[in-house]
Amino acid sequence: MSRIPGGKRLEWAGIVLIALALAVLPFALAAAFGQTWVRVVNLALLYAMLALGLNIVVGFAGLLDLGYIAFYAVGAYLYALLASPQFGVHLPFWITLPLGFLVAAFFGVLLGAPTLKLRGDYLAIVTLGFGEIIRIFLNNLNAPVNITNGPQGINLVDPLKIGAFSFSTRETLLGVDFTGPQKYYYALLALTLGIIVLNTRLQDSRIGRAWEAIREDEIAARAMGINTRNIKLLAFAMGASFGGLAGGLFASIQGFISPESFSLLESITVLSMVVLGGMGNIAGVILGAVLLTALPEVIRFTVVPAQEAVFGKVIVDPEAIRMLLFGLALILVMLFRPAGLWPATLRKREFAR
Amino acid sequence: MDILLQQLINGITLGSIYALVALGYTMVYGIVGLINFAHGELVMVGALTALSVIQALMTSGLGLPPAVIVLAGLLVAVPVCMLLAYAMERIAYRPLRGAPRLAPLITAIGVSIVLQNLAMLVWGRSYFSFPGVVNVTTYSVGGAAVTDQQIVIVLLAAALMAGLLVVVHRTRLGLAMRATAENSTVAGLMGVDANRVIVAAFLLGAALAAIAGLMVSAYYGIAHYYMGFMLGLKAFTAAVLGGIGNLAGAMLGGLLLGVIESLGAGYIGDLTGDVLGSNYQDVFAFFVLILVLTIRPSGLLGERISERA
Repeated sequence: MSRIPGGKRLEWAGIVLIALALAVLPFALAAAFGQTWVRVVNLALLYAMLALGLNIVVGFAGLLDLGYIAFYAVGAYLYALLASPQFGVHLPFWITLPLGFLVAAFFGVLLGAPTLKLRGDYLAIVTLGFGEIIRIFLNNLNAPVNITNGPQGINLVDPLKIGAFSFSTRETLLGVDFTGPQKYYYALLALTLGIIVLNTRLQDSRIGRAWEAIREDEIAARAMGINTRNIKLLAFAMGASFGGLAGGLFASIQGFISPESFSLLESITVLSMVVLGGMGNIAGVILGAVLLTALPEVIRFTVVPAQEAVFGKVIVDPEAIRMLLFGLALILVMLFRPAGLWPATLRKREFAR
Repeated sequence: MDILLQQLINGITLGSIYALVALGYTMVYGIVGLINFAHGELVMVGALTALSVIQALMTSGLGLPPAVIVLAGLLVAVPVCMLLAYAMERIAYRPLRGAPRLAPLITAIGVSIVLQNLAMLVWGRSYFSFPGVVNVTTYSVGGAAVTDQQIVIVLLAAALMAGLLVVVHRTRLGLAMRATAENSTVAGLMGVDANRVIVAAFLLGAALAAIAGLMVSAYYGIAHYYMGFMLGLKAFTAAVLGGIGNLAGAMLGGLLLGVIESLGAGYIGDLTGDVLGSNYQDVFAFFVLILVLTIRPSGLLGERISERA
């Protein structure tokens, strides 16, 4: 970009514009479409964090992980157990969130260690099994000792709070009326930006290059002196930790979690975001997360009115239509853009050959 | 009642159903290297189609004998599933041959979601109970109960598997399939039409899936639009357990998984002093999978693929 005369200034103008747009987004959305859409944007940010975490494992290091949602679950349950009436413990977020981050990283290593020798699809099925094991345990750990409260889930999880400032309540700050979701938006945005910066720095670091080397050819990478075991474990741990962080935030925003939120379909959805957006490309992955979060919602809000307009009443189950279109979108995007909507430059080159 | 024998019998019945479905995964994987995530949905479509036909014939008042009714159900379900499999191969997988490895995986997931929701539109969200077309007789063997239904399932599955082995090892099509699995480029040079072989693998797998669908819904007495997902997952697990791409491996893996699951469900309470109940049945299956793959990374019967330089 700097080759264009005045490109540097243009770049800055672009950054300022994007920053402004992001800053007013929750208010513009609330004014135009209502608070629901602020919640959708928050969800998109959460998914962006998840997708960025999974992108480290799948996109950077090339390890296919189908149980990624397990780390999200670990983070969410850790937060919920330490900040809800379940055990009567109410720890502040600056303990629970970092703890979720670390414990999820530990679980990442736990999954990574026995699977180091596995390749490709064998790894995929083991990670899938791991995700299912975690979910089944969450579902059943209400007996003999009630830890997770089983399928009912954990209710009344504490919202994010800094001192007396709670993110879940509506209040007026500096003359501006903020709703709960709008406040969460800024917290999520800040964390997402942090994760984006971290990811970009990681990708260009020694570690990032080591991941890339393993992805392209593990044997050659080892021959070049890369400690493939540690580097792979690091990928699992880093990816998992972002999942854990997002999980904790999810629990605080929702105020309620149950094993249902951590099904295999969720793992698949996050993977679809990574692949559909463009594996290995940070911007592409975020695009994938935003599109795949917004798409089902847009369909949800258009299917019923569209049917009413055409037939005068709702004759086809809107939920089925919604998922049907989601599935079709996955197929069509992959058929027309097999490397994703916004592929990493390296992959593009590889593919053009 | 002898618990061990009983659980073994149940496990073998369930395992032979898993094996039939696992064969579909393994054939496609062996030849194209694709995890056909939508394969489980074929089982579901097969089950619901057969069930609808059987129900229609039973209420039609024609007074057909039960065997004819079941056969008619199969005669409709099998072609329907084959047609679906053909369509998904042509539309969602064939254009992506040679694309990045994960692209067909995502389309497979897309196909799975589409089929599931189409089924929901056609059959609704309700659970269908399997019509009592055949009266099930229970025999007592060494203190355990065996139904004639279980015997039919196991024998039919065994016959189908034997038939598949004959096709793969004794016919020209089978030769072409094995050649393509070995090296599709060289097979192509020898005059094998890879597309034809791939379609054949999809069709054979779909036929087995349809039959397995009827079996499983008759065995459990229930069918619904969501049943294919978990069953497909289990069958895929079985295929990987045995060594994916290997036919005998899929059969062994299926049987083993079925037996492990029912033994696990039967004994997990005793083993853990009633801390864990039979609701951990699925954990057992996946745990064994992880254990086996840690020790043998390419499955029980899978060849050790030499690491490419």
